[in-house]
Amino acid sequence: MIYLDYNASVPLRPCAKEATIEAYNFTGNASSPHYAGRKVRALIEEARKTILKEVKGQHLVFTSGGTEANGLALSGLGEMPLVISSIEHESILKARLNPYLVPVTSKGIVDLGKLEKTLSSFETPGLLSLMLVNNETGVIQPLQEAVSLAQERGWKVHTDASQALGQIPFSFEELGVDMMTISSHKCGGPTGIGALILKEGLHLQPLIRGGGQEFGMRSGTLAAPLIVGFAAAVKEALFEREEQSKRLLKWQEKVEEALPDARVYGKESPRASHVLSLGMPGVPSELQLMSFDLKGIAISMGSACSSGKSKESHVLVAMGLPSEEVKCTIRMSMGWNTFEKDIDCFIQAWNEIYLSQHMKEAS
Amino acid sequence: MTVTRPIYLDYQSTTPCDPRVLKMMLPYFSEEFGNPHSRSHAYGWKAEEAVEHARKQVAAILHANPREVIFTSGATESNNLALKGVAHFYKDKKNHIVTCATEHKCVLDSCRHLEQEGFKVTYLPVKPNGILDLAELKKAITEQTALVSIMAVNNEIGVIQPLAEIGKITRERGVFFHTDAAQAVGKIPLDVNEMNIDLLSLSAHKIYGPKGIGVLYVRRKPRVRLAALINGGGQERGMRSGTLSTPLCVGLGEACALAQKEMRAEAIRIEALRDRFYETLRVNLEEIYLNGDAKQRIPGNLNISFAHVEGEGLMMGIKELALSSGSACTSASLEPSYVLRALGVDEEMAHTSLRIGFGRFTNEEDVDHAAKLIIKEVNRLRDMSPLWEMSRQGIDIKSIQWAEH
Repeated sequence: MIYLDYNASVPLRPCAKEATIEAYNFTGNASSPHYAGRKVRALIEEARKTILKEVKGQHLVFTSGGTEANGLALSGLGEMPLVISSIEHESILKARLNPYLVPVTSKGIVDLGKLEKTLSSFETPGLLSLMLVNNETGVIQPLQEAVSLAQERGWKVHTDASQALGQIPFSFEELGVDMMTISSHKCGGPTGIGALILKEGLHLQPLIRGGGQEFGMRSGTLAAPLIVGFAAAVKEALFEREEQSKRLLKWQEKVEEALPDARVYGKESPRASHVLSLGMPGVPSELQLMSFDLKGIAISMGSACSSGKSKESHVLVAMGLPSEEVKCTIRMSMGWNTFEKDIDCFIQAWNEIYLSQHMKEAS
Repeated sequence: MTVTRPIYLDYQSTTPCDPRVLKMMLPYFSEEFGNPHSRSHAYGWKAEEAVEHARKQVAAILHANPREVIFTSGATESNNLALKGVAHFYKDKKNHIVTCATEHKCVLDSCRHLEQEGFKVTYLPVKPNGILDLAELKKAITEQTALVSIMAVNNEIGVIQPLAEIGKITRERGVFFHTDAAQAVGKIPLDVNEMNIDLLSLSAHKIYGPKGIGVLYVRRKPRVRLAALINGGGQERGMRSGTLSTPLCVGLGEACALAQKEMRAEAIRIEALRDRFYETLRVNLEEIYLNGDAKQRIPGNLNISFAHVEGEGLMMGIKELALSSGSACTSASLEPSYVLRALGVDEEMAHTSLRIGFGRFTNEEDVDHAAKLIIKEVNRLRDMSPLWEMSRQGIDIKSIQWAEH
């Protein structure tokens, strides 16, 4: 079985697995003052430092994952206006009632002109949330420009960088955002852990209250094994980023060249190299998924969260694609443990499926 | 020469992950890495299958239907979701919550937050033995009450609340009953139907499972509805979005299965250890007081006040024992325990209290060594204490008028 669904979940990196499993040797609640608690606390604080150093962040709150971090970021500042792009992850789209949506162009990039107009239309400043890399098309959003537009008007900016970490070069510092979400299992760490990176001095109202852990912004006993695995994965993902990106870019290009009949969405825009949104003209996504599965290749239609509902990709719809194209699109995504032969198999399978469907139609 | 190893006696704070649990989790840290929400390939299906098996294991220990089990990141989140979720969903009809003064901080903090939003909250007192007065509960419930939230077992003093009786009252009055059972699962038998429990929070790391996962049980008949805290992909029937962690779910499921299988034998063994420990202390030390009901408590907990001993000094003197003076969440502060204060323990006495937690990996040697250490340290501190000497001479220390300097 060939796994090409890295954007749903990245297989655990061996270094992260080792760190996580080793940490299960330590019993103790990080909030306890005795030796057992202090030992666990030390592991957590070291991991916090590692991640902050890697992403050049100032402050970090551990959460149960990207979804919770996004929820905390969007609701933590209270009832201020919220502007987001129309291609955000569902955890952003649904974090608060009635956010204001800024459209994207047909190239999958947020429309900066419309963003500026939207921000200017509010009398009081609010919060802008714009993802760094789209999870379906891989299109890189113009964060720095958006941050300038927002901050000139006194707005705060959050970015969901879950799909960017380890894929494109960036840092919290360079982006200049106020808040940034990262997710462990999207960069090869364990599931069940994520973080919100914050600018120094920013305090958020918690979603989850209680013992007052995480500077009062997120209560609950911290899971040291997950946290150390997360830190190990971040460190390795960033260490290998350049090399991996080069490798994946080669394969991204290889797929595009080998499949001239495929539609590649987001192709005209700056893109991360680990993902491809591919349309197979005339062949519905479900049929493609089944056929790929029979050939031993695991891919997906889009976001895993909604893939169960087999609903159309809101990202492609927002890019203005006609429904018949949206319905024929799949997402393939690669990562640290993908090999060139996997890509060759994918190309071969794609061609076989395409040909057999069109031969059926012809006959 | 004997090497003394540190002894862990803080099982109410957290428990080690059982090696048998970890073993079940391991495959999901490597080859079985799929996202359980991926519906288009075998990686996802296998992960989903494992998650659903775990859901059944959790349901079994509660005598619930697996479809009523919502995975969360832990009991703190479950408690937040139960309280805020019910309050927010039913806010147009009802605006009152009944809870108890000795609840875990996350329940109390959620309630305080709801009060700021305009909800009314009644904090019931407890009797000196730490148990809720059912007559007070009956009086507190009104037409406006949406939810009664009473913990199953207290995290500091280990007392067991009369869940079945509470459930009977709430069901008769048509009010939802939530219980924080983080300290109860695997320690006492629980049956959500017999006890008429509508919502129940539990945590994996309190029952020898991994940290980072818990459950909120949400009854389907009569149906309890919730406003979600975390929105997004709509996982967990829309009540809790976010990618489920397969290894953590598997670990929690296995922890529940083990707890269910071994609870009876484990309870007998741990109770014997606890009684042996307490008896040693009682025989060797005067003026020690057990906080919380002696009988209606879980086997693995003691909470003892040592009169005329300086609490911080005691903690310093028994450094090789990992135990705490109260809940881990608040133990970093020097405030005396609000739980003990609610029992009517005076501040000075509350400062001299230790919570001693026994569990699956505690043995006789640990218990004997810990008792010896505590006895030695209490005696040492008392020997240095003029208050202890005065109390020996029969002087009532509270009656002394201290001269001001």
